[in-house]
Amino acid sequence: MRAIQAVSATIDGNEAAARIAHKLSEVIAVYPITPASPMGELADAWSLKGQPNLWGVVPEVVEMQSEAGAAGAIHGALQAGALSTTFTASQGLLLMIPNMFKIAGELTPAVIHVAARTIATHALSIFGDHSDVMAARQTGWAMLSSSSVQEAHDFALVSHLTTLEARVPFLHFFDGFRTSHEIAKIDLIGDSVLRELVDEGLISRHRLRALNPNQPVLRGSAQNPDVFFQAREAANPFYDNLASLTQATMDRVGALTGRHHRLFEYHGSPVAEDVVVLMGSGAGAATDAIKHMADEGRRVGLLVVKLYRPFDIAAFSDALPATTRRVAVLDRTKEPGAVGDPLYLDVVAALAERGRRDVEVVAGRYGLSSKEFTPSMVAGVFDEIARVGGRRHFTVGIADDVTGLSIDYDPDWHREPDHVKRALFYGLGSDGTVGANKNSAKIVGESTSLYAQGYFVYDSKKAGSRTVSHLRFSPEPIDSTYLIDRADLVAVHQFELVGVTDALDRAAPGATVLLNSPYGPDATWSHIPDGAKLKILDKGLVVWAVDALAIAREAGLGMRTNTVLQTCFFELASILPTNEAIAAIKGQIAKTYGKMGEVVVRRNNEAVDQALAGLYRVEAGGVGANITVRSIVPDIAPDFVQRVTAILMDDRGDHLPVSAMPVDGTFPTGTARWEKRSIANEIPIWVPDLCIDCGRCALACPHAAIRLKAFVPDGGAPEGFLSKDPTGKDFPGKRIVVQVAPDDCTGCGVCVDVCPAHSKEMAKHKAINMELKDPHLDRERANFSYFLEIPEIDRSEVKVATVKGSQFLEPLFEFSGACAGCGETPYLKLLTQLVGDRAIIANATGCSSIYGGNLPTTPWTKNAEGRGPAWANSLFEDNAEFGLGMRLAQETQRQDAILLVTALAIELGPLAEEILETAAKNDRSDLDLLVGTQRKQVAALKEKLAGLDGPLSRRLDGVADSLIETSIWIVGGDGWAYDIGFGGLDHVLASGRNINILVLDTEVYSNTGGQASKATPRGAIAKYAAGGKKTGKKDLGQIAMSYGNVYVGQVAMGANPTQTVRAFAEAEQHEGVSLLIAYSPCIAHGIDMSTQMSHQKDAAASGYWPLFRFDPAREVAGDPALYLDSRQPTIPFKEFASKEARFAMLGRVNPEQADALMKDAQKDIDDRWHFYEQMVTIHRTAEYAEVEE
Amino acid sequence: MSVDLSVEYLGLALAHPVVPSASPLTGDIDHILALVEAGAPALVLPSLFEEQIEHDAMAVHHGIEQGAGGFAEAASGYFPDLNDYNTGPSQYLDLVRRARNEAGVPVIASLNGVSTGGWSLYARVLADEGIDALELNVYRVAADVEESSAHVELGYLKLVESVRLAIDVPLAVKIGPYFSAMGSMARRLVDAGADALVLFNRFYQPDFDLETMEVAPNLVLSNPYELRLVLRWLAILYGRVEADLAATTGVHEPEDAVKCLLAGSSVSMMASALLRHGPGQLTKVRDGLEAWLETNGYDSVSQARGSLSQRAIADPVTFERANYMRTLTSYSPTW
Repeated sequence: MRAIQAVSATIDGNEAAARIAHKLSEVIAVYPITPASPMGELADAWSLKGQPNLWGVVPEVVEMQSEAGAAGAIHGALQAGALSTTFTASQGLLLMIPNMFKIAGELTPAVIHVAARTIATHALSIFGDHSDVMAARQTGWAMLSSSSVQEAHDFALVSHLTTLEARVPFLHFFDGFRTSHEIAKIDLIGDSVLRELVDEGLISRHRLRALNPNQPVLRGSAQNPDVFFQAREAANPFYDNLASLTQATMDRVGALTGRHHRLFEYHGSPVAEDVVVLMGSGAGAATDAIKHMADEGRRVGLLVVKLYRPFDIAAFSDALPATTRRVAVLDRTKEPGAVGDPLYLDVVAALAERGRRDVEVVAGRYGLSSKEFTPSMVAGVFDEIARVGGRRHFTVGIADDVTGLSIDYDPDWHREPDHVKRALFYGLGSDGTVGANKNSAKIVGESTSLYAQGYFVYDSKKAGSRTVSHLRFSPEPIDSTYLIDRADLVAVHQFELVGVTDALDRAAPGATVLLNSPYGPDATWSHIPDGAKLKILDKGLVVWAVDALAIAREAGLGMRTNTVLQTCFFELASILPTNEAIAAIKGQIAKTYGKMGEVVVRRNNEAVDQALAGLYRVEAGGVGANITVRSIVPDIAPDFVQRVTAILMDDRGDHLPVSAMPVDGTFPTGTARWEKRSIANEIPIWVPDLCIDCGRCALACPHAAIRLKAFVPDGGAPEGFLSKDPTGKDFPGKRIVVQVAPDDCTGCGVCVDVCPAHSKEMAKHKAINMELKDPHLDRERANFSYFLEIPEIDRSEVKVATVKGSQFLEPLFEFSGACAGCGETPYLKLLTQLVGDRAIIANATGCSSIYGGNLPTTPWTKNAEGRGPAWANSLFEDNAEFGLGMRLAQETQRQDAILLVTALAIELGPLAEEILETAAKNDRSDLDLLVGTQRKQVAALKEKLAGLDGPLSRRLDGVADSLIETSIWIVGGDGWAYDIGFGGLDHVLASGRNINILVLDTEVYSNTGGQASKATPRGAIAKYAAGGKKTGKKDLGQIAMSYGNVYVGQVAMGANPTQTVRAFAEAEQHEGVSLLIAYSPCIAHGIDMSTQMSHQKDAAASGYWPLFRFDPAREVAGDPALYLDSRQPTIPFKEFASKEARFAMLGRVNPEQADALMKDAQKDIDDRWHFYEQMVTIHRTAEYAEVEE
Repeated sequence: MSVDLSVEYLGLALAHPVVPSASPLTGDIDHILALVEAGAPALVLPSLFEEQIEHDAMAVHHGIEQGAGGFAEAASGYFPDLNDYNTGPSQYLDLVRRARNEAGVPVIASLNGVSTGGWSLYARVLADEGIDALELNVYRVAADVEESSAHVELGYLKLVESVRLAIDVPLAVKIGPYFSAMGSMARRLVDAGADALVLFNRFYQPDFDLETMEVAPNLVLSNPYELRLVLRWLAILYGRVEADLAATTGVHEPEDAVKCLLAGSSVSMMASALLRHGPGQLTKVRDGLEAWLETNGYDSVSQARGSLSQRAIADPVTFERANYMRTLTSYSPTW
C-alpha cells in the first residue's frame, strides 16, 4: 500500500474523532456532557445536513435522556446489526458501564469516544484526567488512548476498524479540553482511505450475528454457577488476539497515511536509563522535555501507552530500551487506598512478568482536573528518579505540604524553541476573542505551510467571564500541550485587563503588546496602570494600540471587536504578509458568516479594512509612583476568604498548597460578597420621588444587586444616601431605601424593565434608570456599605408571602456568576428570602450548581445570626433522591430527638413538655411563628444540655436542631427534571414526604450549551433539534397533578410575580411533596435578556406558559384543587414566538416546517388550555394586585 | 356592448385596471392564486425590505455568537450551527419565482431599500429573477432636523437614478404625499427614470398604549376617505408627467376605481379592501367599474382616463386652494 496525499484541516480533537465516527457509523446515540458534547453536536449537525456515512446512508443521531439511555440504545442498535457509537465523558461514562459489560460480554463491535474528564468526588470538575476511563477499565472494552488531535483522528479510525475484526468493543479516549478542545492542524483521512481500509466482510459478519427472526437466537441468558465461569473464559482468545490485531490495523492505517503508530510509542535515547511512562496529552509536554534533555545529552526516554487495554506486556517490554534502569509511571488519576494508581500497577506487573526485575519502578501522579503539566515538571520527575532516596510514590505539579508527596522542579527549566511563535490573547467571553483566535489558527493552518495550535482557557463565570487564548505557530508539528508562559505577542482585548491579569507577566522580554484602547494615541500610555507601565519598561515591551470598539461600532458590529483586533494581530505578528493575512481573514469571514447574510460579511470586512488605519504605536512615557499591590479582599473578610478564596479570585489558585484545601470538599458560604468584579458599565440609579416601593425591581434582579430596606434614620447615612417615605400604610415611622450594589450589579437592566413607576413628565424616566456606572460609583459604594449596616427588618413587620413584603427580607443568595439577566436566579433568591434561614438545598448538576457552587465563591450566604441555606450537589441524575434522603434523615433525627426529650423529661423540666407539645401540635399555619418558637426551645434545650451529663444528653446534642422545622428544597433544571432525573423525580413525587421541588425550566440544557430536553417546546431550535423540535413539551405539572396529593405550581415571575410568591409560600406550607415549575428565560432562547421578564408576560398571555396552582388542600375543602391563575390566552403563540430567536430562526431556515410546527404548537396550547379549563371552575388573576395596594 | 377594460401599465398589457397592491395577501402563493382566480390582471408583491434583511442577518449573527466562546461548557454557543439562515432575499426570490411560474399574470416586485448600494443591489437581484416590473417603495421619515427638504429629495432622485441605471425592467416609484412641492418632485422622479408613479404610500404610524405608556406603532387598514388625497394628485399630475399613474390607498369600492380612472390613473390598486373582504372584492370592483363605464356610455377605460383631471375640467383651481375656499363658502351655518 502507498500513502495517499492528505488534505489538512485545523480542527479540535472532538471534531477529529467525530469525523471518523460519523463516517463509520449508522446509529449514534448521544447525551450532552462536557467536554464530549461537541462530538454529538457535530454528528447531529452533519446528519441534519444530509452528510452520509461511508456507505451513503445518513447516520441516525438520537439524543437520549441520559448516558445510560444512550448506552442502552447503542446496545440495542448493535444487537440489531447496526454500526453504532456514542460520545461521552466522566459521570456519563460511569452511567454506561452496565451496558459496556454487556456489550463486551457479547463480543460486539462498538466504539465509544471519550473526552476523558474528572469524576466528581469531593467536587465536580469539568476538566480532564483519566479517572473516568480508569473506572471503565474492568468492563472488557479495549482502551486506546490518543495523545493529540491528530491521534484522536487516527485512533478513532483504528478503533472502528479493529473492533470489527476483533469483536471486542473499543473505548477510544483523549484528554478532555487539552485534546478535545485544542485546535490543531492535522491531516484528514479521506473517504478513499477509509474505503480501502474497511473490510465489508467483517461488517457482514457483524450483521449475521445480529438478532434476526429469520435465524433466531437468544442472547442475554441467565446462567447458574455450573457454567457462568466457563462461559466467561470462553471469550479469552478474542482478547489474546486483540493487541496484535490493533497493531496490524495501525500498520495498515500507517501505510496509507504515512503516520505509523505503535501500541507503545517510545521517544528519546535508545540507550536510556531513565524512562517516563504515561498516556494521553501529557505525552506532548513530555516529548518537549525529552527533546530538550536530549540536547543536554541525557540518557532519558518517554514511553507513551496507546493501547491500555488489553495491556500487551510483551509489546510494552519490547518498547522499553534494554538499558532502562528506572521507570517513573505517571498516572493522571487517583485511586485512594490502592498500592498505586492503575497504570503504575500494570507496569509493575508487566515488568515482573517479563522478568525485568532490574528495572526500578516508581509512581507519580500529575494533571488531575487539567492541572498544568509542563516539560519542566517532566524534568523534575527525571531528577526525582535519578535522586538517591527518591520517592516511590510522588505527585508533580502541586505543593503537597500535608503528606509531602509532591516533588520540586524548576519551572523555568524549559524554554520553547525560537521557531515557535507564541501569542496570548486576553478578552471577555462576550467580545468574540476566542472565536477570532480559532479563526486565526485556522487561517494560518489552512493557508500556510505552518502548523497552528489554539487552546482556550475560560473562567467559571457566565457573566463578565474572562478568556485567555493560547496560540502557537511553527514550521514544525507542535507537541506542546501546555499553556504559553513567554509569549512573543500579548493582545489585551479589554483595556482594563492589562492591570488585573497576568498578561504582561506572560510576555517574553521585548515582546509586542496589542492593546484595545479607547483613549487614543495621546492618552493611552497615561491610562495604563503604573504597575503595568513598569513591567512594559522592565521587559522592553513594544506597545501598540487600536480603538477596536470605535471601529467595530462604525462598521455596524456593535461590541464585536474581534475582526478589528484579529487584523491588528496579523499586522504585528508578522506570520503572514499583511495583504495575504487580510485576504485570508476575509476569506474566513466569508466562510464563517456568508450563510448568515451578505451584510454580516460586508460589515466585518469593513471592520477589517478600517483596522490598520486605527493602529498606532504607543510611546512609553513616565511611570508614576502609584504602584499598589492589589488588595483582593478587605481585612474584615473571614480568614478562609483571605487565605484561600482571595488567592483563587486572583487567578493564583495553582499556587495554593494541599493544606489550604478542605479535606472533604466542605466550604464556607457567603463568599461571593467578597468577589467585587464590578463588571457593569451601567447600573440602576434610583429616583425616590417616583418609586412606589412595589419591590419588583428587587424581586426580578437576578444578582441580588438591588435591594429594599425600611429603617429609622440614625443620622449616620453618608451624603447622597437617598430614602423616601413609605407608599401606603406599611412601615409607619420608617423610611424606605432601594439600594444598588454597584460592584455586584452586572448591568443587565432587568430591574428597569420591570419597574412600573414612570415619571409623569417623561415616560422613559422610571423610578430606576440605567446610567453609566463610573460617575456614581464612589457614592453608591458608600451607600451600599451603609445600607448593609442597616438592621434587617423583623419578619413579623412584613407580609412575607407578598411581592413587596418578601423584598424587604434579606436575600441569602447573592451576586452569583450567572449570566447577566439570568431567568433562574430570581427564583432562588426569592426562595432564600422566604425560607433561606431554615433551608437545605439539594442541587442537581447544571447551571444552578455552577453559578451556585463553582469556585472561587458561592452566592449562597447566611444572615447576621449565621443561619442560611445549607447546600450540596450530588450528581445530575440523582438529585430528587438526594433530597429525599435529606428529608428522611431529618425525620429520623427528629423522631430520635423527641424520644430523647421524652426520656430526659425530668432533667429538662417544663421545657421538655413545651418541646413535645410544639412537636405534637405541629401548627404549620404560620411557619415563621412555629420556627421562632422551635428555635427558642432548642436554644433553651442546648443550654440545659450543656449542664447535663450522660449518653442521652450527648445524643440529644447531635439531633436537637432537627426539632426546628427544616425546609428541604430539591432544585434543578429541566435536563434533570424532565430527562435524566425524571425517574427519581417521579418516585419522590409519589413519596408523600414533606419536600419541595423547584424546577428551573429553561426548556433546554443551558449549562452545556443549549441541547434539547423534553422540556424543549415544539418548533424551537436547539442543539439536537436543529430542524425545530418536532414533538411537544412534556407537561410535567400534569404528571405531578395526577398523583392528587402533590402541590403543583406553574409560575413565571415576569408574568405574575404575586402568583409566584404565593406559590412558593404555599409549596412551603404544604405538608407533602410540592413541585414548582418556574419559567426561566435563558440566553439559549435568543432574546435580549434585559427584557426577559417581559417575555414571560407574553409566554403567559399566549397560553404557552399557563400559570396555575394545584393545591390538594383545596380539594380536601371541597373545591377544585386546580386554580388557573392565567387568563384565557389573549395573543396567539406566533406573536410570542416571533420575538424569540429559538422559534423565529426556524422561520428563516425552513419556513414551511416552521409554519407547520407553529400551527401544531398553537394546537398544543389550545388543547392544554381546554383541558385545564375543564379541571377548574374558577378563573382568577392576582396580577399586580399588590402594586395598587 | 362591452367596454374595453384593457390597459397598459409599465408597458405591460393588463386585462383591466384593478390590481392587487403590495400587501400580506400577495406575499403568499395560495392567496396569490386566489387573487388571480378572482381576476387580478397583475400582482404587486410585498416589499423586499433591505433594512429587514440586514436586521435579520445581524440578529442571526448576534444570536449565534451570543454566549459563544465565553464559557467552557458552552464554548460553541447556544444554538446549533445551521446550513443556511436564509437571511438574504432568498425567501422573497422564492416567492417571485413561484408567482411567476404559477400566477400566469405579470409580476411586479416591490423594493424598499436603505442604502444607495442596497437599492441597486437588490433591484438587480430581482431583475435577474425575471420580474415584469419593479416598484420602488421609497418613503422614509426624514427625522433629522438638520437635513433640508432639498437634501431629502436629492437622495430620492439619486436612488431612482441608480436603480434606473442598474436595471432595464420597467420601474414604478411609490411615494408618500409629504413633499412641499409634490408636482415638481413627481416630475423630477420621472426625469430620474420612473416609468410610473404610485400614489400614495401608507406606513406604520405611532400610536400610544395608554396602559403601558409606550409607543406602539401599527398599521390600520385604509378607509375610502383617504382616496381623496390620491385623487387630487392624480388629477394634477395626469398629463403633466411622462409616466403612468397608479392609485393606491382608499380604493375599496367600484366607485373608487372609477374616480381614480377619471382622475387619470392607469391602474387602481387595492389592499385594505381585499384584506377586509377577500379576493372577491377585486372581482366586484372590476365588474362595478365595467358596469359604470357601460352605463355611462364609455367604450374603454382609456376613453375615460383623466376626464376629470385638472387639465380636463373647467375650473382647474378646484384641485388647488379654491377647493378649500368652496368648501367653506358652501357650508351653511344653522344658527
